[in-house]
Amino acid sequence: MAVEGKTIDALSQFELSPMFGVVGKAVSFSQSNGFMLLAVALSAGLMLVSARRGALVPDRLQALGEAAYEFIAGMVRDQVGDEGKKYFPFVFSVFMFVLFGNLLGLLPYAFTFTSHIAVTLALAVVVFLTVTAVALMRHGWHFFSYFFPEGAPVWLAPIIIPVEIISYFSRVVSLSVRLFANMVAGHVMLKVFATFVVLLGGLGAVGPFVAAMPLAVNVALVGFEFLVAFLQAYVFAILTSIYLHDAVHLH
Amino acid sequence: MRRVMMMAAAAVTLPAMAMAASTGSVPVDGMPQLAFGHPEQGPLLIGQIVWQLIIFGALVYIMAHVALPRVGAVIENRHNRINADLEAAQAAKTEADAAMAAHRAATEQARASARAAVATALQAAQTDSDAKSAALNARLNAQVAEAEASIDASRTAAMGALRGVAVDTTEALLTKLIGRADRAAVDAAVTRELTARGRA
Repeated sequence: MAVEGKTIDALSQFELSPMFGVVGKAVSFSQSNGFMLLAVALSAGLMLVSARRGALVPDRLQALGEAAYEFIAGMVRDQVGDEGKKYFPFVFSVFMFVLFGNLLGLLPYAFTFTSHIAVTLALAVVVFLTVTAVALMRHGWHFFSYFFPEGAPVWLAPIIIPVEIISYFSRVVSLSVRLFANMVAGHVMLKVFATFVVLLGGLGAVGPFVAAMPLAVNVALVGFEFLVAFLQAYVFAILTSIYLHDAVHLH
Repeated sequence: MRRVMMMAAAAVTLPAMAMAASTGSVPVDGMPQLAFGHPEQGPLLIGQIVWQLIIFGALVYIMAHVALPRVGAVIENRHNRINADLEAAQAAKTEADAAMAAHRAATEQARASARAAVATALQAAQTDSDAKSAALNARLNAQVAEAEASIDASRTAAMGALRGVAVDTTEALLTKLIGRADRAAVDAAVTRELTARGRA
């Protein structure tokens, strides 16, 4: 797969293939969606098992679920305030979806659905639409004052308003491209260095010794990727919280 | 920094990788993530988004209505339990403090009443002994005065008797010496002599 003759194939890992045979092909259900289902099952399962134990003194699994709950609940409380409580399940779902997508992608033979710009863009659009809907519902027409900060000189309006509108819409791009680029870059690096291991390993007697170098790089990269997996999920969730804060409080 | 390095590495290796063979029957040019026009990848990419929205919607629904309320209830329950325990401990501490204070006050009061009782007893004993010693003194003084009076009386009596003895002695002496004695003259002489010595 990785080695085709003497070329390096790091991109075919991102190709989609239908699951569940003919039925999956007919409804365009790819392995990417399969991993989404797995991520949903694992994250929901973690929380449900954590709640089912329900012990006063939690064991490890329960503590993990409660730590995730309190981490995101604290983030939403800090960023949005007490009004943010009803948006907590949404932010939590975003965080868990991205986190489990990133982490599942680190398993061998797994597919990383967060490495697809279509997926990250769709998620960013969902966040964007939710935030905008929250702002419109809370503030009505007053929401549009967001694009012209109070106290700014009126003659600057022709400059400020377009800039504010562009920056508002660029949230979608920055949210989606940040996650997509991080995941693609990490997985391409992993694949490239894995291919180097195979190519260099075939160089006769010295091969195994030379191949140890890219192997060491890959070991370090896997560690980095775990960091990135958590960091990008955190960034996605905290940016969602910050946008919600803007929607609730308008500056 | 690391991201920049990764991007650079990806940019260098992408062209080489783009020519790699794909698993499908039609090779994919460029990044599979952007192959919307590909006969196999295109529909799968669109389907991926649709399924994603369904799956993510299900996740939000499960989290919002089933999973998170339950976890929240467990955490809330623990929070309440801890608070109740803390309050109970606080109440017990207050109670213990009150009992301690009452105990201390009772001890203090007992000590004070004991001190007062001791002082009263001391006072009573002092008064009693003062009275007794005064009575004793008075009795002794009276006895002393009585004894002195009787001594005075005895002395006066003795002094009175002394004159008679002197007269008798003188009369007897004169009788022995000269064979006769005038009792009246002797008596007068003794009286004169005693008067001269201030003893009459």
